[in-house]
Amino acid sequence: MSVSELLEHKRICICAGAGGVGKTTTSAAIAMGMAARGMKVAVLTIDPAKRLANSLGLPELGNEERMVDPERFAEAGIEMRGELWAMMLDAKRTWDEVIERHASDEKTRDAVLGNRIYQELSNAVAGSTEYMAMEKLYELHHEGRYDLLVLDTPPTRNALDFLDAPERLSRFVDSRSLQFFLKPGRLGLKVFGRGSGILFSVLKRVTGVDLLRDLSDFFQSFGDMASGIGERAERVGELLGTRESTFLLVTSPQRDAIDESVFFRRRLRESRLPFGGAVVNRMNEGADGADVEDDLTALLGDKLGRKVARNYEDSRRLAEHDVAQVARLARELRGEPLITVPLLDDDVHDVAGLAAINEHLFAADAVTAV
Amino acid sequence: MPALLDKRLIVVAGKGGVGKTTVAVALGLAAARAGKRTIVAEVAQQERVSRVFRREGLGYSEAELTDNLYGMSVNPERALKEYLGQQVGGALGNLLFNNRVFEYFAAAAPGVRELATIGKVWELAQPERRSPGNRYDLVIMDAPASGHGLGLLRSPRTFGDIARVGPIRRRADLIHEFLTDSRRTGVVAVALPQEMPVNETIEFRGKLRDEMGMHTHAVVVNSVLPERFSADDAERIEAVNGGHGAPEVAAALRAALSEHRRARGQRAQLRRLKKEVPDAVTLPYLFEPELGLGEYERLSAELERKL
Repeated sequence: MSVSELLEHKRICICAGAGGVGKTTTSAAIAMGMAARGMKVAVLTIDPAKRLANSLGLPELGNEERMVDPERFAEAGIEMRGELWAMMLDAKRTWDEVIERHASDEKTRDAVLGNRIYQELSNAVAGSTEYMAMEKLYELHHEGRYDLLVLDTPPTRNALDFLDAPERLSRFVDSRSLQFFLKPGRLGLKVFGRGSGILFSVLKRVTGVDLLRDLSDFFQSFGDMASGIGERAERVGELLGTRESTFLLVTSPQRDAIDESVFFRRRLRESRLPFGGAVVNRMNEGADGADVEDDLTALLGDKLGRKVARNYEDSRRLAEHDVAQVARLARELRGEPLITVPLLDDDVHDVAGLAAINEHLFAADAVTAV
Repeated sequence: MPALLDKRLIVVAGKGGVGKTTVAVALGLAAARAGKRTIVAEVAQQERVSRVFRREGLGYSEAELTDNLYGMSVNPERALKEYLGQQVGGALGNLLFNNRVFEYFAAAAPGVRELATIGKVWELAQPERRSPGNRYDLVIMDAPASGHGLGLLRSPRTFGDIARVGPIRRRADLIHEFLTDSRRTGVVAVALPQEMPVNETIEFRGKLRDEMGMHTHAVVVNSVLPERFSADDAERIEAVNGGHGAPEVAAALRAALSEHRRARGQRAQLRRLKKEVPDAVTLPYLFEPELGLGEYERLSAELERKL
């Protein structure tokens, strides 16, 4: 079994995991591999570091999908039967689109778009970028132009943040709570109980009156859109739970990354979200076995032979650690698919590198039985 | 190194997974050895620093990890609560904090969590703190990954611009001034000798300069493989590679060739980085799956020598 069977009948593949484990590269490789097999695939990233663009040979990525030049694959000796598209999510731009879609009239739209609070909102509301990634995913899914969408999730400090994003946005736009800022007088008191009046004056003392007025203005114009956006957030959240979606957990064999993966797997289970399997990148390789120093010195002379032997000892020790860490993850997976990708000799940053990864992800026996 | 350790705050930044915590702890050990009462403040809430000293679960408290070296994990909610308590008095601060209205304020007011976090780090670095027993000579901040890290440093100005007037504005201005004063705040960017981390380090330095007017004091490249095998060695190994001996022998030969190839790739990336940052310093890869205190001491001595 390989990645291509894991993704059979799936329309959405969400690659999640901690930072620095090779998530962007894995997302791109999976998308390329599925496209090579004849599908029309789009890979979405929010990583502004141009990593994906670089690796696909695109000069840059925008908030619109771009097709990767088939020539790129031919150069790397890859037979491309489908199409590979890529885009980089611009969270601010996507927010603007959401506002444009939900505003009842131009005046409201302009009031929100021009508000100073709103202008900082996209990088300020916790989880807002994560939510916008899902919003874009939902939109593309609905338009139905692709057989498969692969999402490279944002590099949050904690992969779990991603799952909470729709919920947090729903709460944020919860109109009941907005009331406080709309009418900080009596209504606020009623909704939030006694003491809210004092609170408002305390808040004013700390923040200064301007900030509160700006917030109030913002919510005033935002208020009539809140329910529309809230409903949409719920549907976006639901999309992640459908049978057409699947989560792939990307990790490395480092202890911290494995810890986080174990938590993430549990969290998916609790939230009843679909799980496709785990990909463990950069595994050190080396089997245990006999001491080979004598053979090596006979072959290469004393000095070099010993050096090669010592180097091999290190590889084995590192490999042993990695295998133990993966076993920890495997226990949590309870027989669910697990794919390991060895530490490659060359740094992966182009189409040829992605193809090298795919030799492992798409190998017929890629999924290890654990 | 002395110049760097004489700052009041060192920000350790870099993309995810490059070893920021390793460098933060190594710097902390060096500063503590130099007689500075030092605290390493983690802001990503992963408690990696305390784990190095087998003191997991430190949380939002300042605790001594080893001689002269302290640690703390800064949680934005706690920092915000503490700040409010100081502003309006404990009881009222609590009331405010526990109210849903406040939850909304904190969610909606752009960057308030980031501001609370960097505000706490700033507070740790003040020579005249409220409790004299907890004054530090140096604070080392283990910053979140590049994008978030930059956002964190930017947050006082962002927030100051929005608030315009009032106590938060005044405090935000103080913090911004402190961060951009290169005599008091130093930045260490951490990288790996690979294509993307090198690109991101160069980009980060540029952004820090253009957007914040901040100077990167040092670039540290982590996990640099030693040159175990020369080109000559590799040729000799290549010559006997394939069809020889037991499977283990073949595996050992392959491992040596991989090692050579990886080290060569790293050196090419290092050269590229050094074109932009001639004084970038390197830390060796230690061939240990997990670093213990002994390894941190070793890296710390290395940094002391090179910076």
